[in-house]
Amino acid sequence: MGEISLTELEARAAASGIDLSLIDIDSIKLPPGDDFGVISDDEDIYQEEQMDFDYGLGNTIVVDNLPVVPKEKFDKLEGVINKIYSQIGVIKEDGLWMPVDPGTQKTLGYCFIEYNTPQEAELAKEKTNGYKLDRAHVFAVNMIEDFNRFMKVPDEWAPPEIRPYVPGENLQHWLTDEKARDQFVIRAGSDTEVFWNDARHMKPDPVYKRAYWTESFVQWSPLGTYLATVHRQGAAVWGGSSAFNRLMRYAHPQVKLIDFSPGEKYLVTYSSHEPSNPRDANRVVINIFDVRTGKVMRDFKGSADEFSIGGAGGVAGVSWPVFRWGGGKDDKYFAKIGKNMISVYETESFSLVDKKSLKAENVLDFIWSPTDPIFALYVPELGGGNQPARVSLIQIPGKEELRQKNLFSVSDCKMYWQSNGDYLAVKVDRYTKTKKSTYTGFELFRIKERDIPIEVLELDNKNDKIIAFAWEPKGHRFAVVHGDSPRPDVSFYSMRSAHNTGRVSKLTTLKGKQANALFWSPSGHYLIIAGLKGFNGQLEFYNVDELETMATAEHFMATDIEWDPTGRYVATSVTSVHHDMENGFNIWSFNGKLLYRTLKDHFFQFLWRPRPPSFLSPEKEEEIAKNLKKYSKKYEAEDQDVSLQLSEQDREKRRMLKDEWEKWVNQWKLLHEEEKLQRQALRDGEASDEEEEYEAKEVEVEELLDVSEEILSFEYGQE
Amino acid sequence: MRPILMKGHERPLTFLKYNREGDLLVSCAKDHNPTVWFADNGERLGTYRGHNGAVWCCDVSRDSMLLITASADQSVKLWNVQTGAQLYTFSFNSPARSVDFSVGDKLAVITTDPFMGVTSAINVKSIADDPSQQSGESVLTITGPTGRINRAVWGPLNKTIISAGEDSVIRIWDSETGKLLKESTPEVGHKKQITSLTKSADGSHFLTGSLDKSAKLWDTRTLTLIKTYATERPVNAVAMSPLLDHVVLGGGQDASSVTTTDHRAGKFEAKFYNKVLQEEIGGVKGHFGPINALAFNPDGKRLALHIDDHLSGNAGTIRWPIFVGMMWCANVEMGSTSFSSGGEDGYVRLHHFDPDYFSIKI
Repeated sequence: MGEISLTELEARAAASGIDLSLIDIDSIKLPPGDDFGVISDDEDIYQEEQMDFDYGLGNTIVVDNLPVVPKEKFDKLEGVINKIYSQIGVIKEDGLWMPVDPGTQKTLGYCFIEYNTPQEAELAKEKTNGYKLDRAHVFAVNMIEDFNRFMKVPDEWAPPEIRPYVPGENLQHWLTDEKARDQFVIRAGSDTEVFWNDARHMKPDPVYKRAYWTESFVQWSPLGTYLATVHRQGAAVWGGSSAFNRLMRYAHPQVKLIDFSPGEKYLVTYSSHEPSNPRDANRVVINIFDVRTGKVMRDFKGSADEFSIGGAGGVAGVSWPVFRWGGGKDDKYFAKIGKNMISVYETESFSLVDKKSLKAENVLDFIWSPTDPIFALYVPELGGGNQPARVSLIQIPGKEELRQKNLFSVSDCKMYWQSNGDYLAVKVDRYTKTKKSTYTGFELFRIKERDIPIEVLELDNKNDKIIAFAWEPKGHRFAVVHGDSPRPDVSFYSMRSAHNTGRVSKLTTLKGKQANALFWSPSGHYLIIAGLKGFNGQLEFYNVDELETMATAEHFMATDIEWDPTGRYVATSVTSVHHDMENGFNIWSFNGKLLYRTLKDHFFQFLWRPRPPSFLSPEKEEEIAKNLKKYSKKYEAEDQDVSLQLSEQDREKRRMLKDEWEKWVNQWKLLHEEEKLQRQALRDGEASDEEEEYEAKEVEVEELLDVSEEILSFEYGQE
Repeated sequence: MRPILMKGHERPLTFLKYNREGDLLVSCAKDHNPTVWFADNGERLGTYRGHNGAVWCCDVSRDSMLLITASADQSVKLWNVQTGAQLYTFSFNSPARSVDFSVGDKLAVITTDPFMGVTSAINVKSIADDPSQQSGESVLTITGPTGRINRAVWGPLNKTIISAGEDSVIRIWDSETGKLLKESTPEVGHKKQITSLTKSADGSHFLTGSLDKSAKLWDTRTLTLIKTYATERPVNAVAMSPLLDHVVLGGGQDASSVTTTDHRAGKFEAKFYNKVLQEEIGGVKGHFGPINALAFNPDGKRLALHIDDHLSGNAGTIRWPIFVGMMWCANVEMGSTSFSSGGEDGYVRLHHFDPDYFSIKI
């Protein structure tokens, strides 16, 4: 079947009386493997890839500036080139071709090398461009594809076509929902669906559904504007006011992982490729795209070793995200950890801040403050304890060390930032004197105070293992799960005590909870103490202001918990990654009332659509909180209307079902009656059809079992 | 109330059947010996010895004189209910899966499994009044459906035969000619193997349970889908209350993936649904293996359910339980406000129920 142009199509549609504008193209399903000559949107990328394989140009390089040698030295030169280039990758059989001038029988000073894969060719180009064979011969290496591309550039400059301005869709349309509902996306089986959380109607309200929307997973951008999908050819983002339209594509073959910058300006994509030599580490390609334009801002290529934690060996593999974004929502800086250094880049030029990385001997971990361009780094103990372990706070771009704390006999350190960047908690595991066991303490940094005071906190029982730690978002409290499974304790602390804002105080300890995870509401105040997976999905909804349990519940086998961005609802889900049965999700109110549950087989993902931060000033927010009664009246009335309407609908539905059933039953009774005689005939005239008509009789049966005679001796006159 | 323990079978139970009056309960198991119990107090009356294989199904005649049993030993036997005497043996060349007496008990429909190249079949045998006159000739043999036919029952006035099985299609056959009259369509029908089928008391509608985690209610005459009951577990057994608009579904997680962590993970409770509104009303908890058989006492006041733990099995094929050595049997007795369940040890336990079951209002 040939290709059909759009005009032809329109003509044909008009001829057969079809209004094309009324047809939802997405709803048309073609048999697999047949595109009826219709080119799909992805075809261009697809074709590019195909070309690579067809002509094998992608894996061929041109090496220029070779010495010009006569025939006698040809073999020697070829040997040298072969040696250089086969170190980098596997050259195809007969893949090295050095043309010879037929007149002079001398080489022409260049050659072609064909590798097995485009990646190898690329690597060879990177590594040997500028390679000095001797003083006169500096290699100039290019991809043969680049030649082709530059040859195609037209000689005459043509002015670029200026397209008329088309107003874009309102990408934040979902925020204008009248009922102030939140959206979420779920992935189950091959379907990806977006819903409104319609808590009033106790059900999800579908927004958009698409089968095979993504090839591995979906992800919201941090402000909720985009939904990202991942495909073999690259990533794509979707959004818009009416439906989810594709807004941009980011070509990155075999992309595995993606990450947005916090202000969703940039998208980082990652792929890892098997090396042709199995002893080498995987090749890693990371691209940073501008989300709106789709332009590659910077790419990073190298072996997996360079991108793995601490740069050492890469046993644990690459820890994602490789690049961590700092400086809050402005997306100003991003950094990666390397061997003995931290490389901080800034997004104005996408180059290193001060053109060099920050030296930090043996640095093991670093973490940005969520709001400020400050990061905390951790360096373990060195030299068998001669040099203590260290936690430092570094400010960018100056790279000044704001604060440093030396720590002794440390086995491990974990750093936790509070969401406003006010506090940093460092969980320190230290060896006991015998070095046989460890105990845990916390170092608490107050970032916003003068000189950044540090306070040391130890648990009541310092031998307790820490199972979970979580800061209250936007607050000054934190919760810790500590102790031994299966029934650890949960403790709450505040960075303020009643009289002194500069002292940590313990609020309370809850003993013996079946818990292994903590989930604070995004607005603080409320917390879910959860026992996931091994603890069967025990949930405790806890009010930290009043220090009381609001509700306890269970979502059996729950694997994931996520608060909605407003802190009004919570979703608990059982994903098929961990458990096969009962896949699906439950939606709860913040105080632990189960609103509805949905079961989906092969359930993979549940993600609330994030919301951008509110534009209200803190004063305004406080005022609303104070006068909540006034504002809530309107909503309460609405709620009541809806619930009345619902129960009315419910009753109606039940009545209908009952009537319908009644009809069936009457019909059956009629038929049953009609067939009565025939049935009797089949039963040899036995009349009783219904069972009620029988009479229970008690029948006494006497059975003579045995008769035997026995002679009893009888003595006369005894009486 | 303390449960009453009834010990009888040594292997998993497969089928339960009450007689018409509801005073006797016949249980079939894989231990070759169908057993008859007093349905009232769980006392064992006796066993029917003679089969040499798992017994899959049975039926009792209307006058409670005749018992028919289908067994994996490739035979179907007729018994005297009272004496336990073997009256006649029908021999087949593949295991017999299900039996059902017709109205008037003059005919019996027997399904046989596909086995060693023999295809599955529905056989109709005539049952003689006098067992000595009994012949083994088939009145009718229907073949056609692929895979095992898990259940075949008589339609109204013995005019039709309804069959369901592994191919997830429900078929209605003409019982005279063996012609296929109706079959369920893939749109409304089950998506996976149908494991059980039970008729309503008056035979006007029937309920099918399937591994696709649903049960469906059908009109016997027109094969119209009336209701669908969605559940969270594969359904192995279904039962309908003859008095109230309630249906009971039993089943559980597939044996090969039964969890070792928590019994709740397997979803082994029997679930009660409102027949009309298709809403779940309640469940009977406490079992450690999938439920395999359910039966309501014809007086509507008792329900027997059978639970079977089939922890091993052929990977790949979904099947009737492949036995491991655990037996679960349960019997819910409701009018008399009791219910019973059985365990790994082969016990049947009688539990007592709240009397308000009969006044459930929705």
